[in-house]
Amino acid sequence: MRELSPTVPWLELVRASAMDRFEQLGFPTVKDENWKYTNLAPLAKQSFVPASRGDKVSIDPARFVYPETKNAHLVVVNGFFSEELSDKTGLENVVAVDLLTAVSDARYNKVARAYLARNAGYHNNGLAALNTAFLQSGLFLLVPKNVKVDAPIQVTFVTDGETASFPRLLVVSEEHSSATLIESFVSTGEQQYFTNAIAEVIVKEGARLEHYRMQRESEKAFHTSLTSAELGRNGSYDTTSINLGGRLSRHDISVVMDNEGAECWVDGLYLAGGDQHTDTHSVIDHQQPHCNSHQLYKGILDGNARAVFNGKIFVREGAQKTDAMQTNKNLLLSPQARVDTKPQLEIYADDVKCAHGAAVGQIDQEELFYLQARGINPELARSLLTYGFAEEVIEKIKIDSIKSQLDEFVLRQLNTQLE
Amino acid sequence: MLEIRNLHAAIDGNEILKGINLTVKKGEIHAIMGPNGSGKSTLAKVLAGHPQYEVTKGEVIYEGRNLLELAPDERAREGVFMAFQYPIEVPGVSNAQFLRLAYNEKQKHLGKEELDPLEFKDLLKEKAKVVEMDSSFMTRSVNEGFSGGEKKRNEILQMAVLEPKLAVLDETDSGLDIDALRVVAGGVNKLLTPDNAIIVVTHYQRLLNYIVPHYVHVLAGGRIAREGGKELALELESKGYDWITTPAKDAVGSANLNAAN
Repeated sequence: MRELSPTVPWLELVRASAMDRFEQLGFPTVKDENWKYTNLAPLAKQSFVPASRGDKVSIDPARFVYPETKNAHLVVVNGFFSEELSDKTGLENVVAVDLLTAVSDARYNKVARAYLARNAGYHNNGLAALNTAFLQSGLFLLVPKNVKVDAPIQVTFVTDGETASFPRLLVVSEEHSSATLIESFVSTGEQQYFTNAIAEVIVKEGARLEHYRMQRESEKAFHTSLTSAELGRNGSYDTTSINLGGRLSRHDISVVMDNEGAECWVDGLYLAGGDQHTDTHSVIDHQQPHCNSHQLYKGILDGNARAVFNGKIFVREGAQKTDAMQTNKNLLLSPQARVDTKPQLEIYADDVKCAHGAAVGQIDQEELFYLQARGINPELARSLLTYGFAEEVIEKIKIDSIKSQLDEFVLRQLNTQLE
Repeated sequence: MLEIRNLHAAIDGNEILKGINLTVKKGEIHAIMGPNGSGKSTLAKVLAGHPQYEVTKGEVIYEGRNLLELAPDERAREGVFMAFQYPIEVPGVSNAQFLRLAYNEKQKHLGKEELDPLEFKDLLKEKAKVVEMDSSFMTRSVNEGFSGGEKKRNEILQMAVLEPKLAVLDETDSGLDIDALRVVAGGVNKLLTPDNAIIVVTHYQRLLNYIVPHYVHVLAGGRIAREGGKELALELESKGYDWITTPAKDAVGSANLNAAN
């Protein structure tokens, strides 16, 4: 029997309403324009047992910690926050509590209730409704006003067992605060499971948040997730999403800039091989003047892998002096690999600077020849060029251990060593 | 060292080289000159093994072997080096890593000792002096964000590290200001030994003030139209290429050094 979560009437209401919506919406299908290239039918056919509080984790999550985080490591097992496995000693003034505590505790419930399920709306989104319907735990992170934290804070979402889990994260960066967050999705083994995650991020006036997202699910896993960020006046949000794992992974990322002077970097890298399918849908919404957005997503596809990139940028009426730049580049390493990319700009203001572009290509023959002309065999030359392609995203990462983990991953995929 | 016999080469079915004959011996510097479209860069690329060019006729003997049978990387390991007109950027791979990889590939091939990063650093430090390159270029990605002049210098640094037997410099002077030209040319001169040879492909005589050739070959229409000593280059400088419109009647066989007189 699973332990019942303590009841919070407000939350019960939200959950019931979300369950209701999910029953009506169900899983998205390929008939939905946003799901045209990603078919969840294989997932819908599976039956996974929803995870419960107290699920044991068979390996020590400490192994997933990036050393830079210095005792600020929060662990969420199968969607349930674990105080026991977390290390909060290095958190300084940052609040990290179970979401359930946050919505009931008088110190946080005003903030938590104001933002939970606000931007990650579930009324038109079946997966968000499903996550919200199963909202029984998760993590609430609060970086208080003016607090500046240098060392990154890591949240590890670890899956153990063949379950369905619904991790939920709510991050509130209060006015003029500054922090770095690493979200890491991992598993204890190569089992099949379903992760349906949501992260809601609020960056208030003058606050700064650097947000890394490492998706390293098992090769058999289904991973669907939504990152939904809202930026206050002069807020700065710099996010990099790395998608490596999962048999099928889908990441929706949405950044709403509804206050002047906000700026965001929404970058990413997806690597897929074998029969992997990876999909990124991004929406950057310029609602007010003087906001800047920068986006660079790169993909490397091998084997029979398939990727989807859909990036929308909206520049709403009145959002003058917007500066928006979007690039998606893909490298296909095999004739069977495939990518569907669709960058889209919708502009309703006239004094703006916007540019976007997408490219799908193979290893450049001139580049290959250059390396060969230096005595490097074609196989190694291809690896080096592929590695170089990924580096444009990797080199932007400011956390060395993530960088070297990625370098290693990319080179291992390519069977190459570099000192 | 190198013997090119009646070499014909085409790209996309268009014949660019229409019977080149050229003999290069150890210790020699040869200049290949000619107007745009005469086939000089094609010749350089064919020697390096660029896959887009198809050799339709003729042969190239290098150190007693059929060069055309070797893949580009094999040619490089055997000591053929081409300095590119437009060097390629390789992001994410530092110059030092790249050079060590290339160096060790060659060492391995020759059955010689490979160097670890520290040992290689010392070697690189010495070689960098040849082209007066700052050590900061070693940690930067290959050619990434380099100016035109820095890229060309980097090419000569690669040449210094790889110590080719036959170096083909494809328009190494293009885009260089006079100071950079002097440095690059100075580097090349330092690398010439009695055992290697250099082919300098250039449109202008300017570079040849610094890298003084033993022989000058002028291409026109895919054939060698004139051959001579270094004075031929000076003549071209004053007269231009127009007077060499038709190929020499007999460009086959050994160079006729009086052709320009």
